[in-house]
Amino acid sequence: MKRMSDAIFRDSAVTPQDLTEAIRAVLADCGCLAADAAAPADDDDLYGLGLTSQGSVHLMLALEDRFGIEFPERLLRRRTFSSVAAIREAVAGLIDGTAAA
Amino acid sequence: MSDLVQRAAAIAAEVAGACAHAVDRDARFPHESFAALKSARLLGAMVPRDFGGEQAGLADIAGACHALGRACGSTGLIYAMHQIQVACIVRHGQGSAWHRGLLERLAAEQLLLGSATTEAGVGGDVRRSVCALGTDGARFAIDKQASVISYGADADGILATARRAADAPPSDQVITVVMKDDARLVPSDGWDTLGMRGTCSVGYRLVGSGGLDQILPQPYAEISAQTMLPVTHILWSAVWLGIATEAVARARAFIRAAARKTPGTMPPGAVRLAETVAGLHQTRAGVADAIRQFEAAADADRLSSLSFAVAMNALKVNSATAAVRAVEGALLVCGLAGYRNDGPFSLGRLLRDAHSAALMINNDRILANSAGLLLVDKEDTGLFG
Repeated sequence: MKRMSDAIFRDSAVTPQDLTEAIRAVLADCGCLAADAAAPADDDDLYGLGLTSQGSVHLMLALEDRFGIEFPERLLRRRTFSSVAAIREAVAGLIDGTAAA
Repeated sequence: MSDLVQRAAAIAAEVAGACAHAVDRDARFPHESFAALKSARLLGAMVPRDFGGEQAGLADIAGACHALGRACGSTGLIYAMHQIQVACIVRHGQGSAWHRGLLERLAAEQLLLGSATTEAGVGGDVRRSVCALGTDGARFAIDKQASVISYGADADGILATARRAADAPPSDQVITVVMKDDARLVPSDGWDTLGMRGTCSVGYRLVGSGGLDQILPQPYAEISAQTMLPVTHILWSAVWLGIATEAVARARAFIRAAARKTPGTMPPGAVRLAETVAGLHQTRAGVADAIRQFEAAADADRLSSLSFAVAMNALKVNSATAAVRAVEGALLVCGLAGYRNDGPFSLGRLLRDAHSAALMINNDRILANSAGLLLVDKEDTGLFG
């Protein structure tokens, strides 16, 4: 799977839209939403779309692999994975270092 | 010992212990114990003072579970399961008028609450539901094939989980209160088990209804993580610890009696007793530490964290394993006197009751859950957490 962090560090022009699409792709790949769930909008409640606590574990591992990041303990919260927007905020912070533990 | 724990201990000694044998023999609800607990106002003890209760903390309630569990495992466990439901209402219901009214009733009428979180078809996973709430105007309807509703026939109300709506995925659950008058319970099987026979944990089809305002406003996932799961594991552990403590007390009495008969000679089981007592100390420390962690977890974030869930899972598995080990240790100490079904050192009921611990949400399921969480949990704790 393609890693994105290097590209982002090199190219500050990576937009939130790129990140959002990449997160949606990870969500689709990891199969942690209900099988019949439509692609989630930014603020859709992912738990309402079938995300479980164990599912969020697998989602987190997939995100860590995809973006070459590691979620610190303080981000291991239900809220962090509650929507595409929440994930984007966490991932963006980790990629640019502002959310480091 | 706090006043509340003393009141529970008095009922344990005078009522629960006296009926424990009959409750176990007949696999029946311990009516005597619960009549006494109601008249001592111990069922609504956790209700905040604003609603007429005494605002008891979890440590006191755990102490009461422990005292009751020593005398009668079934009484202790039913008391624990009831308080778990009360804790959910106290901690997640105060923002809703209907639940504030329920809190007042819990204190005034000393209602007994049960729970319907398990369901046929989800393989024991309480975090998924098959049934969904149907809504019609301001009312909901529920039709749930509950694998177990402990003391369902004697509960005044039942907290039941269900999918939020017909189109919600299995994990998108809510929890609602269904009052006895609005519920029909059709038993799906009988009740003849190895132990914990007084809990009458029969499977039922629950057909009920209620006002939409009876549904707790938060998602069940949050209520489960922040309250139901930790309080369950803490109070269950307190009951199991009570059973273990009682077994060890019998072993201690046995050794004392033997030592009196042979002054100057150490009775053969004395070292085994010391080992068993050491295990009991470890279990007690685990329960006390879990209560400390729960009370220190001031915010929803900490309560919802993976490392907190891992800690509470560890408590459950440790206590369940230790309870059986303690009774087995006591059995080795007492020998035939413990193996007998009569006499002051009999350990049979305690051993049978203790064996339920590993199965109540199976230890293997809980370890598998922790295994998943540990894949990502990075907490590196210091000596005192």
